[in-house]
Amino acid sequence: MIEANDLTKRFGGLTAVDSVSFSVGAGEVFGFLGPNGAGKTTTVRMLSCLISKTSGDAKIGGYDIGDESNHLKIRKLIGLVPDNVGLYDELSAYENLDFYGKLYDCAPAKRKENIERFLTMLGLWEKRDAAAGTFSKGMKQKLAIARALVHEPELLFMDEPTANLDPESAKTVRDFILELKKEKKTIFLNTHNLDEAQRICDRIGILNTKLVATGTPQELERALSGGGGARQTVVLLQEPPTDAMLAALGPLSSSVKQEGNRLTIDLKDPERENSLVVDALVKAGGHIQSVTIASASLEDVYLKLVREGGGG
Amino acid sequence: MRLSKSRVIAAKDFKTYRKKRNVIYSLAVIPFLVAILITAVILYAGRRSTSRLAPAELTLLLPAFLFFYVILAAYLATPIASYTIVGEKVEKSLEPLLATPTTDGEILLGKGLAAFLPPLAALWAGSALFMVLMDLATRSKLGYYFFPNWDSALVILLLLPVALLMSVEANVVVSSRVTDVRAGQQLGSLTVIPLAALYGAGELNLIDLGDTTNLLAIVAALAVVDVVLFFLARATFRREEILTKWR
Ligand SMILES: Nc1ncnc2c1ncn2[C@@H]1O[C@H](COP(=O)(O)OP(=O)(O)OP(=O)(O)O)[C@@H](O)[C@H]1O
Ligand SMILES: [Mg+2]
Repeated sequence: MIEANDLTKRFGGLTAVDSVSFSVGAGEVFGFLGPNGAGKTTTVRMLSCLISKTSGDAKIGGYDIGDESNHLKIRKLIGLVPDNVGLYDELSAYENLDFYGKLYDCAPAKRKENIERFLTMLGLWEKRDAAAGTFSKGMKQKLAIARALVHEPELLFMDEPTANLDPESAKTVRDFILELKKEKKTIFLNTHNLDEAQRICDRIGILNTKLVATGTPQELERALSGGGGARQTVVLLQEPPTDAMLAALGPLSSSVKQEGNRLTIDLKDPERENSLVVDALVKAGGHIQSVTIASASLEDVYLKLVREGGGG
Repeated sequence: MRLSKSRVIAAKDFKTYRKKRNVIYSLAVIPFLVAILITAVILYAGRRSTSRLAPAELTLLLPAFLFFYVILAAYLATPIASYTIVGEKVEKSLEPLLATPTTDGEILLGKGLAAFLPPLAALWAGSALFMVLMDLATRSKLGYYFFPNWDSALVILLLLPVALLMSVEANVVVSSRVTDVRAGQQLGSLTVIPLAALYGAGELNLIDLGDTTNLLAIVAALAVVDVVLFFLARATFRREEILTKWR
């Protein structure tokens, strides 16, 4: 559905998006995760033919975005939820959607049906005749999502659809995206919310001007925690460990960090080695409160990658 | 270019204008107010000194007053037309609109129609009232109803629309180049100048605005300007700049 190759955008001297390559398959939910100013909005604008690319190329549904004669075709395929909702405040919710339905050449019967379907799904059907300007932020965001769907696009771009929403509204929006996912819509989701990306997306790209990593949430976690590198086990004792206990750890003791009652030990394979650690400590007279494997969360991966890589 | 798209955009704009009080006010009040005020002036001046407003002078004055409506066209087009693009830009509704499968020409034509038709209707209604009131006010002095006549029909039915269109288009061009509504309105209202200059030239006898051939020539010239401006508007409509220029 989306193929990007070395896609680059410069604003004057500033490189906003640097040689980004990725692909998104049909029916996939792809999360573009990155901090403020990472180039998420810029990428979506390039892919939806709103701004030109500086170099590289990208295809949407097989159409090259660099060829202007494709723009109308590409725009027909996609729906866009921009970072600013941009509704017509004077028009009612229904009129807002109807206007867009008409611009996308959606036949009257289909338009009506879709408007009703999406407004109902998003809990706005009762409010269809109220002016959009009277809506709360969450309602406006939902209306903007419905607007992007009226013409049943194959591909939906959403630019931080839950930013600035309270937790409950954010949850409704997320649940709605999960509904769309069940319907096998292809979704490109910009977000800086890790948890959201992890819960909703099939695959995630971490962007910081450059694309620093791509993969499923699990793959990204494993990339940091597994991959041959050491992992950590945290042992909490009832009393500070004695020298005897540390000595009992034998060859492992070189990587032990001690902090009060807590021991942090680097292990290659904690699932197997933990029992050795526990045995050794207990034999040396230790009383163990708890043993945990500290696994890297997506957040660790994200923070690590964003700090290391990218130009931001 | 598909006219249906432009019609959809124009219809949407009509709906949003309907809710904007200053737009309604300028369209529903000013053309009629001008008709009433000018009539009042004629009646008042006529009462003060009968000699000053001899029938011969009246027949010169009345077409000149009617020409006010042409100048008014430029003035009335500004509040709506200057709003068209910069207004959407400010309200951020331009991005989703530009993401729809709609061409520049279709958007501009739709916006143009929306800014052209309401002032045209208001100006025609206002000038009709003006002519009726003038006829009533001057009938006794002239002995006949001055309006309507061929030249006034030419001015109202041809000159006024092409002048209005020129102003609308100039405003649309300006609107897609500026970043705030006020700047758009100030620049856009400059289109009054050429029309006022035309009127001034008439008053100074540089050009005879009572002459049918001259009027037709002006109409033709403005029509050419209209066509040129449409292409200029399309050529200067840069989606990317409009979206990304900092406010
Ligand atoms: N029109 C523009 N002109 C100049 N620089 C721009 C323009 N638009 C974006 N930028 C710059 O490009 C970079 C990427 O911006 P972009 O809006 O794409 O980031 P983002 O990932 O969407 O951030 P956010 O999370 O804040 O929405 C930023 O450094 C920004 O300042
Ligand atoms: Mg953004």
